[in-house]
Amino acid sequence: MLEVTDLTVSYGAINAVRGVSLRLAEGELVTLLGANGAGKSSTLLAIAGALKSAGTVRLDGTDVSGWSPERMVRQGIAMVPETRDVFPDLTVAENLLLGAYARRRDRDGVAADRQRMFTLFPRLQERQEQAAGTLSGGEQQMLVIARALMSRPRLLLLDEPSLGLAPTIVDQIFAMIAELKRAGLTILLVEQNASKALAVADRAYVLRLGKVAAEGRAAEIAAASDLEHLYLGG
Amino acid sequence: MQTLLQFTIDVLSLGGAYALMALGLVIVYGILKLVNFAYGELIMVAGYGLFLVNGSGLPWLVMAAVAVLIAVVTGVLTEYAAFRPVRAKSVTAVLITSFAFSTILQNAALLFISPRPRNVPLPDLFSQTVSFGGILIPARNLITIVASIGLLLLFAFLMKRTVLGIAMRAAATQFRMARMLGVPANLIISTAFAISGFFAGVVSLLWIGRIGSVTPGVGLEPLLVAFIATVIGGMRSLQGAVLGGFLLAFINTALNYLLTQDLLQFRDAFTFTLVILILLWRPEGLIRGPATGQRT
Repeated sequence: MLEVTDLTVSYGAINAVRGVSLRLAEGELVTLLGANGAGKSSTLLAIAGALKSAGTVRLDGTDVSGWSPERMVRQGIAMVPETRDVFPDLTVAENLLLGAYARRRDRDGVAADRQRMFTLFPRLQERQEQAAGTLSGGEQQMLVIARALMSRPRLLLLDEPSLGLAPTIVDQIFAMIAELKRAGLTILLVEQNASKALAVADRAYVLRLGKVAAEGRAAEIAAASDLEHLYLGG
Repeated sequence: MQTLLQFTIDVLSLGGAYALMALGLVIVYGILKLVNFAYGELIMVAGYGLFLVNGSGLPWLVMAAVAVLIAVVTGVLTEYAAFRPVRAKSVTAVLITSFAFSTILQNAALLFISPRPRNVPLPDLFSQTVSFGGILIPARNLITIVASIGLLLLFAFLMKRTVLGIAMRAAATQFRMARMLGVPANLIISTAFAISGFFAGVVSLLWIGRIGSVTPGVGLEPLLVAFIATVIGGMRSLQGAVLGGFLLAFINTALNYLLTQDLLQFRDAFTFTLVILILLWRPEGLIRGPATGQRT
């Protein structure tokens, strides 16, 4: 459903992403691995339309390269950035409401989805009137994932969902990612925690210095003894 | 007791006007992290709008609505002319284009109307006084209090209860994230400028209601007031702008009451000294607002 060809992102003179190509089939969970600075987050932001990039991005055959992020959302792409970016002084409920901005006229559907999110994340229901900035890191991560799901995306871009969270919370987050995959959502997951990511993913790409250094089935990548080598180069 | 009542009403009416001025400036600053230096001219064009429709025979409220509408349209035009073309490129460029737009509007008023003050139509109510609790109060002060408190409440309600209002608050802290949820950047920015124009239009009616006439430079003082009020209140916060407006009005009014005739001509020096002291104590302003806030 997603086909990225020769994606390039530059920050001034620095090329963060240099000709990355990747594809995701409907319902697939693909993980994007690599060391810090390998270009993973830039790749995701560029696909979401939030970073200027060269190359083509096709979604279900439609060329969506260079589209604005708001248009991408309407097309069915939702992004959870690594910086989480909850709206700190808005309540949990308001954060969720904005997640459904692109389909705000469907009031019944939005209300039903909100209820679904509260079933999925009971903590959010308890805290729905609380300012999002006062939530713990794990709760904020749940909130941003729930907020992204409120747009009813077909493709979810998840950037480092386990970053800075306690191990038990990380397990919960990964269990939930697996659950979303079972529900049929297509997911592109960027992770530092390679073993966890490979355990839930169908396929993986390893980025190094802005280029795809390896790709394959998650099990193959996990078994490859040179994973460390791929990460660190040499 | 009477002095206290008089003082309170003076502070509230001046503070209401100041708070509206500050809100109009900070609503744009909050989203774009840029000061719109053409803000004072929005106040001016509303004043000239009122002057131009004078003699049309329309009821005053209709003329006032036309004047406010002119300010709203000019606000949105400011965005299209001075901000949108250079917004993504450089902060310096936007500073210069907003100054340029301000100068163009002022010069247009000088050239096409007159450098001299022009009288604007005002309803008789503006020059009447009301006797209350043993003191005489100009009715326009009461109108200012009622109008500003009403607008502040309405504004707070819209920002809290409507999806667009919530989206605007979100965009003020995490603009890119708001866009990644489908909130259209241009809609948010244009709305901010329209609201800014609306406040400027209302301020213009209340402000010119005090002085009775409009000049090309009439917007300078409100711009300065709005800027100082937002700086002491906290540039990132809407509540801060309102608080700053009322605080500045309190300081000015208190100085009016306390200073002797000789010292009154130096009132601004006293005011700014106090502003400096406040900023030394709270450099970020009284209300800090959310810490993040990337420029767009």
